[in-house]
Amino acid sequence: MYRYDEFDAKMVRERAEQFRYQVERRIKGELTEDEFKPLRLKNGLYLQLHSYMLRIAVPYGTLAARQMRQLAFIARKYDRGYGHFTTRTNMQFHWPRLKDVPDILHHLADVEMHCIQTSGNCVRNVTADHFAGAAADELEDPRPISEIFRQWSSFHPEFNYLPRKFKIAVSATKEDRAAVKWHDIGIEIIKNDAGETGYRVFVGGGMGRTPYVALEIGHFVSKTDILAYIEAILRVYNEYGRRDNIHKARVKILVHQLGADEFRRQVEVEFAEIKKKGTLQLPPEELKRIEAYFAPPAFEDLPDTSPEFDAAVKADKDFANWAKTNLTPHRARGYAIATISLKNIGMTTGDISADQMDGVAQIMDDFGFAEVRVSHEQNLVFPHVRRRDLPAVFARLKALDLGTANAGLITDIICCPGLDYCDLANARSIPISMAIQKRFADLERQHDLGEIKIKMSGCINACGHHHAGHIGILGVDKKGVEFYQIQLGGSGAEDASVGEIMGPGFGKDEIVDAIERVVETYVKLREPGERLLDTYRRVGMTPFKNMVYREQMHAAY
Amino acid sequence: MPLIKDGKFVQDRFLFIPDGQAFPDDGGVMVTFDRFQSECATLLAHHRPVAVRLASSQNPEVLKDELANIDAIALEFPIFRDGRAFSWARMLRERYAYKGEIRAVGHFLYDQLAFMMRVGFDAFDVRQDFRIEEFDRAMREMTYVYQPSTDGRKTVMQIRREE
Repeated sequence: MYRYDEFDAKMVRERAEQFRYQVERRIKGELTEDEFKPLRLKNGLYLQLHSYMLRIAVPYGTLAARQMRQLAFIARKYDRGYGHFTTRTNMQFHWPRLKDVPDILHHLADVEMHCIQTSGNCVRNVTADHFAGAAADELEDPRPISEIFRQWSSFHPEFNYLPRKFKIAVSATKEDRAAVKWHDIGIEIIKNDAGETGYRVFVGGGMGRTPYVALEIGHFVSKTDILAYIEAILRVYNEYGRRDNIHKARVKILVHQLGADEFRRQVEVEFAEIKKKGTLQLPPEELKRIEAYFAPPAFEDLPDTSPEFDAAVKADKDFANWAKTNLTPHRARGYAIATISLKNIGMTTGDISADQMDGVAQIMDDFGFAEVRVSHEQNLVFPHVRRRDLPAVFARLKALDLGTANAGLITDIICCPGLDYCDLANARSIPISMAIQKRFADLERQHDLGEIKIKMSGCINACGHHHAGHIGILGVDKKGVEFYQIQLGGSGAEDASVGEIMGPGFGKDEIVDAIERVVETYVKLREPGERLLDTYRRVGMTPFKNMVYREQMHAAY
Repeated sequence: MPLIKDGKFVQDRFLFIPDGQAFPDDGGVMVTFDRFQSECATLLAHHRPVAVRLASSQNPEVLKDELANIDAIALEFPIFRDGRAFSWARMLRERYAYKGEIRAVGHFLYDQLAFMMRVGFDAFDVRQDFRIEEFDRAMREMTYVYQPSTDGRKTVMQIRREE
């Protein structure tokens, strides 16, 4: 994985001191809260319902064991012994004190981490496919270019006061695990007819109150040109993105208002100007230098099958279940990608205790894993596990309470912190998500239901990606009472789509029943091999709606 | 307002004349774009230093044919969060090769000075109580830069490649 050189290291140190000075000025009253707010946000520090919240960048979701251990240390010393992984593959601490934050930044700098631009109206942490470097169908590892984006966007002098936040994601496979079309810029690494690798650039995706799937702006941008192209997009946005209304300030509004052709024309004009200058051309040697950091480990020459693995599947039902859902084929023979679910039934989605973090780091050391990944689905991933080691790895995970066998199933819910923590939220999301998990806890039933992505947000800002859920749940506030709307048919994958609202919302005591009726409708209507999303796309909303609301009416009489 | 130029407090060469007010007999003047447009000939005939002040919504492209006659351009920050002028300054320097003064006016923060220098501002209308040591400090906060910009500073990538 990427290692800081003296320059990167100095940047994060100096950033910590810069922030210390900002905190000092705020405490002395030299900065108003209104002035301090964007400054602290650019350093990932929010003021929430009960306290400050600190968001730490995990660039393209990759962590080393020593970084995981440092997060555990911070969780114990400055927080309440746990942290929270988010849908943007960051880690959040919900209870730090303002005066401690500069010190936390230095602890992070010790292990080459930071909070730079994890919030605020600037280019945020860059995310990438969590199976990068391991996925069988990958054109190339999406992380080197993501690291180049990270450096280019860090302290960008022109783009630190954009109309609104700006998120970039990169994927290099047909199957899109990075939800690129839901980002302000989504990059898909592709090959052209001449066999050269380059980038397809989507712009203007986003959730929030006006959900949009991104439009294709750059059909094929060369490797040398990509930074100039991205800079051109950002410049058009900085100049013409709306600043009069926060709800219309994202680039998605500009792109969809101008249309793909006009937006592309404006970008091309800027792109030509930037190219003329030539200073942003990406030298192939630099890309190579960064790529070398992400070179895969030396894979052993292993057979496809492993007797240890086969024996464990026969002997241990828990392992067999886990293997069924939490393993993904690896590009190297005899290896697998293992997903560690952070959706333990009855636990807060994405939460992880300091002991679990240390435990994960210890497994990494013991089995020689150089890295662990954070996925935007709020799980962890061991990208390169020898199949023969899987039973032992699973046993260790299980002992840490991290052996839940539900990756991709109905209880693998994406969920924002909601009203329990967040002052933007209108409704609680964690208790609802837990109640759904409990209702569907039966593993056999989960397997029978197959892939169902439930995504839930406690407000219209959609941090829980409800627009992209096969089943999306949105918490709203109706005259002081929490209500939950259901959406169906969303997707965050390569077939990205915006979910459709089913109808009036449900109270907190009705929502779980309503979800169950949605699922039962699917079971009744499905054809062999169909996922809930496929059935919905085939039959439409009406049958679901009829079932869900008819039964609600019966219940009322 | 005190003015910092090239890192030092300097005497302001321009007096801002609001629209509708008469020009003084001599000395440099700063006017809005509207005024500049309507009274361009008179202003330039006088052979006095002329500066134009642009609102954050005004693309400096509107001045591109007159740049040789303009001694300074003031770019306004109505609120420090409005970052359009960062792009305008860069465009003036890089696309139109503007060599005159680019001044930041309005509401901006200490924490933005280094970025402003990077994109081509060289003059700053600062608050009454602003100390020059603060300016120096702002310039020293970060030793390295990752991106090429108007200031021509070597990027980390360039330094790495030289090593």
